[in-house]
Amino acid sequence: MTMVPRRVAVTGLGAISALGQDVSCFWNALIAGRPGIGRITAVDLSNIRFQNGAEVRDYDPAQHFEPSQADLLDRFAQFGLIAARQAIRDSGIVLTPELRQRTAIITGSSVGGQSTQDTQFWAVYHNNSPRVHPLTIPRIMPNAGASHISMEFGISGPAFTVSTACASSNHAIGQAFWMVRDGAAELAIAGGSETPFSFGFLKAWEAMRVVAPDTCRPFSRDRRGLILAEGAAMLVLEPLEVARARGAPVYAEIVGFGMSSDAGHITTPSIDGPARAMQAALRDGNLNAEAVGYINAHGTGTPSNDPTETRAIRQVFGAHADKLAVSSTKSMHGHALGAASALEAIATILALRHRTLPPTANFTTPDPECDLDVVPNQSRPAEVEYALSNAFAFGGLNAVLAFRRLE
Amino acid sequence: MSDELAEKVQSVIASSKRIPREQVSLDSTLESLGMDSLDQLNLLFALESDFNISIPDEEAKSIRTVREMVEGVRKLVAGASGQAAATA
Repeated sequence: MTMVPRRVAVTGLGAISALGQDVSCFWNALIAGRPGIGRITAVDLSNIRFQNGAEVRDYDPAQHFEPSQADLLDRFAQFGLIAARQAIRDSGIVLTPELRQRTAIITGSSVGGQSTQDTQFWAVYHNNSPRVHPLTIPRIMPNAGASHISMEFGISGPAFTVSTACASSNHAIGQAFWMVRDGAAELAIAGGSETPFSFGFLKAWEAMRVVAPDTCRPFSRDRRGLILAEGAAMLVLEPLEVARARGAPVYAEIVGFGMSSDAGHITTPSIDGPARAMQAALRDGNLNAEAVGYINAHGTGTPSNDPTETRAIRQVFGAHADKLAVSSTKSMHGHALGAASALEAIATILALRHRTLPPTANFTTPDPECDLDVVPNQSRPAEVEYALSNAFAFGGLNAVLAFRRLE
Repeated sequence: MSDELAEKVQSVIASSKRIPREQVSLDSTLESLGMDSLDQLNLLFALESDFNISIPDEEAKSIRTVREMVEGVRKLVAGASGQAAATA
């Protein structure tokens, strides 16, 4: 028996980020072009060359977790769970015992419980502490987010975590999309969470020399690098027919997913790898390149990414590249690594739904090497039916999602 | 003129890139030595460790030749010893 692939709808959204602690704050800041970038407060910066990041402000774990539950959760898992709660509530789904067993959870995280690791390792390396906290391992493990979502909601279907650096959550959402499309799951919670602000990890980023000293200015000639961010975003995916039958809000349809690897350099992106991932997403969705009206770019704001991504987009879209709008919302929510593309999936979905393209904020001077319509600084009304969301990881692992607006 | 600092910088470049010292001259460009972006990061790390200096990102980005690297390191070393003398 061959199964007809099902159409897959996004019916629930959840997000916590530097732009606020829910999806409406996130979207309002995006369309206002208002970045959540400021001086990092989580760590002592006196011995770090950069000062700015995109942190979740005014976060109080006690508003979300009983002390006994908070004990189990690193900040990254807390954010993942908060975003999943929002998304599930938003979808209005009723998790029956049968559905729980047929629901998948796929999360992305690049580095898991960074702050737990940093404090506990500091205790043994530096303070000569004879022991670390007994929950250090379950707090650090990058699958902690997926596990806690599963436990809290009694979701007992397939659950796992994808770690592909800055593309983690696109790989996670793409896999969930395919599982729902093919009938391997009836429902999926997918996205990512990340909290990279620990001293050791920031020192490691400093040594990479890709973090901007000021702010994130994707596609601007005077861009000076990325801005690290924390946050989480989760999506609820289900078959479109089921969603319509139960009268669920349908934000958008996921129509395609494409992956590739550069097989090139560990940190320098290629043109061909990203181009092939975009082509694969179009092919997976049976889309003509000309149907695409908007791309939420990987757009890190590093000297290397933005011209390479520009050329990759030109390679895929040819003359149509000049009719596309391309923006990088990392200019506002920052680069949340393993959570980045989940935040950007939400930005893309809401851009389609609200017929408004979020801008590339902090834009100053055009760069001839990034000569696309990057929607500088001002959001823009636009009737777009199809959009892509790009994610290209360090290590050359690329993942691209294609979305469609539904009436 | 004997220039110990220039000699040391060139040795660090050679060992960091794992090439014979003779291949490195003041007029070499980092690119001509086959150094890609990651090699250059490794080199900056080695120089910072060996000379006990901190090389700012913006200055590092503008450096193309071994000679520029030598002069950049010389300036930072002088700045560091100047600070040490002032606090001594």
